[in-house]
Amino acid sequence: MKRKEEAVVLSQREISSGIYDMWIETKLAEQAKAGQFIVLYPKDRSLLMPRPISICEVDGYKRSIRIVYRVVGDGTREFATYQEGDVIDIMGVLGNGYNLKAAKGKKVLLIGGGIGIPPLVELAREMALMSSKLMIGNTIEIVSALGYRDSDTFLRTDLEAYSRVYVATEDGSTGARGTVMDAIEDFDIKADMIFACGPLPMLRSVKQLALEWDVPAYLSLEEHMACGIGACLGCVVKTTQPDAHSHVNNARICTEGPVFEAREVEI
Amino acid sequence: MNTQVSIAGVTFKNPVMTASGTFGSGMEYSEFVDLNKLGAVVTKGVANVPWPGNPTPRISEVYGGMLNAIGLQNPGIDVFLERDLPFLAKYDTRIIVNVCGHSISDYVEVTERLGDHPEVDMLEINVSCPNVKEGGISFGQRPEALEEITKEIKAHAKQPIILKLSPNVTDIAEMARAAESAGADALSMINTLTGMKIDIHKRTFALGNKTGGLSGPAIHPVAVRMVYQAAQAVKIPIIGMGGISSAEDAIEMLLAGATAVSVGTMNFIDPYATEHVIQGIWDYMSEEGIEDIQTLIGAVSER
Repeated sequence: MKRKEEAVVLSQREISSGIYDMWIETKLAEQAKAGQFIVLYPKDRSLLMPRPISICEVDGYKRSIRIVYRVVGDGTREFATYQEGDVIDIMGVLGNGYNLKAAKGKKVLLIGGGIGIPPLVELAREMALMSSKLMIGNTIEIVSALGYRDSDTFLRTDLEAYSRVYVATEDGSTGARGTVMDAIEDFDIKADMIFACGPLPMLRSVKQLALEWDVPAYLSLEEHMACGIGACLGCVVKTTQPDAHSHVNNARICTEGPVFEAREVEI
Repeated sequence: MNTQVSIAGVTFKNPVMTASGTFGSGMEYSEFVDLNKLGAVVTKGVANVPWPGNPTPRISEVYGGMLNAIGLQNPGIDVFLERDLPFLAKYDTRIIVNVCGHSISDYVEVTERLGDHPEVDMLEINVSCPNVKEGGISFGQRPEALEEITKEIKAHAKQPIILKLSPNVTDIAEMARAAESAGADALSMINTLTGMKIDIHKRTFALGNKTGGLSGPAIHPVAVRMVYQAAQAVKIPIIGMGGISSAEDAIEMLLAGATAVSVGTMNFIDPYATEHVIQGIWDYMSEEGIEDIQTLIGAVSER
């Protein structure tokens, strides 16, 4: 059940230049899954739209959710000022999560670019947890390939807790020089399936890679949203087949997504 | 206290409705709002066939409002009748279906199909969407075109018809009179104001469609002015909308001459907005000692 409710900021810190890491206390944590998102409402009344932000980590016992976001405008600039104890309006949990079950018995590659990396942390955590309960031969091997601008490799250690991590940096200061796709090539990474979140050019390359490797790839997409709950039809993505809800080749990223199999969407 | 209002023989338990396009078919918001509490649900535009809508980005926030260029994406009348209408019919609220088309015959086709469904209480004719290239606003910016389509639809409609007017005209009173003289049972106004936003870093248009419809609190005073001018010009009832975000905004509309109001963009900002507006109107009536909401309609007086 989706709800709009008040959440309390538990902590916030800047973990990289312009990138903030905030834990909030909310009952929504009890139902939140990897790949889903929440929206935050700015207190500044001139900023009307709620801001969609992916879930980076969930602690169901402590009823808390972690979000890691980049300051890109007035809304996120306001969020960055929040401190422990501040009360904020949020709505969630929105969208469908990643299809974890598909990963059973597979070698899985998580591909993250920049501020697309945060949702992979909860994904890796949930997959590692699931894998620990699976029979031998059915467990999941997780590998991550992460792309950054420079050596400021935020969330890298979080992913290292659950996976083997390879890095690419645009300036070549750490790992492979170039994009995350260069890291995959340079380090000769192979996998049976892919989960990816990042900028659109990266997702296009991931789709191409998935077709070459002939493996499934689940991509997390984003688009400007208004309602966040499937009513306004603002955040659509072109689909290869007519969508079951819209009956045209457009699916709602907030509702049918934000995760789509690469072959389902035209990006 | 009485909050009931009546438009073209249809009674509404209260004057608060949802603005077309901001509330889907009601299904999405039913997780937040008890639809039984609403005066009416006004659906997203329905065409004779599925429409894919415009390229993305379709949404852009602007100061005090937003631009949208959805382009009336909709699954078409068949899906609407099979899926959305039976869902809405379960609720104790009035159903107003927004009808859109590229040509008069498209509008007439949808109008006739809906005529077979008595659970649809009224039709709202969308002649004011600024985001589609054919149809939409092209019928709503010249009085002669508005008269022609109104007459044609009225001749085929089994339910009362509401003409949804565009604010993108020179003389709103003239448009209101044209719709009335051609047989419209009611008016709804205003649709969005055509706007544009440019991303100065990418140096591109913010919207895939270049232009979009401006909505939200920023347009409320424009809407109040236009509702007032139209109410002075015609006798048929008016459903007022445009940036209503509170009971105060809704009551302003009633005082300006609207018989009912629609909450639109505010649904995106607060999914419970319609319920808040209804409660706020009730509180206002209690505090001001107003027994019947109808005494508020058009009751603004000169200073």
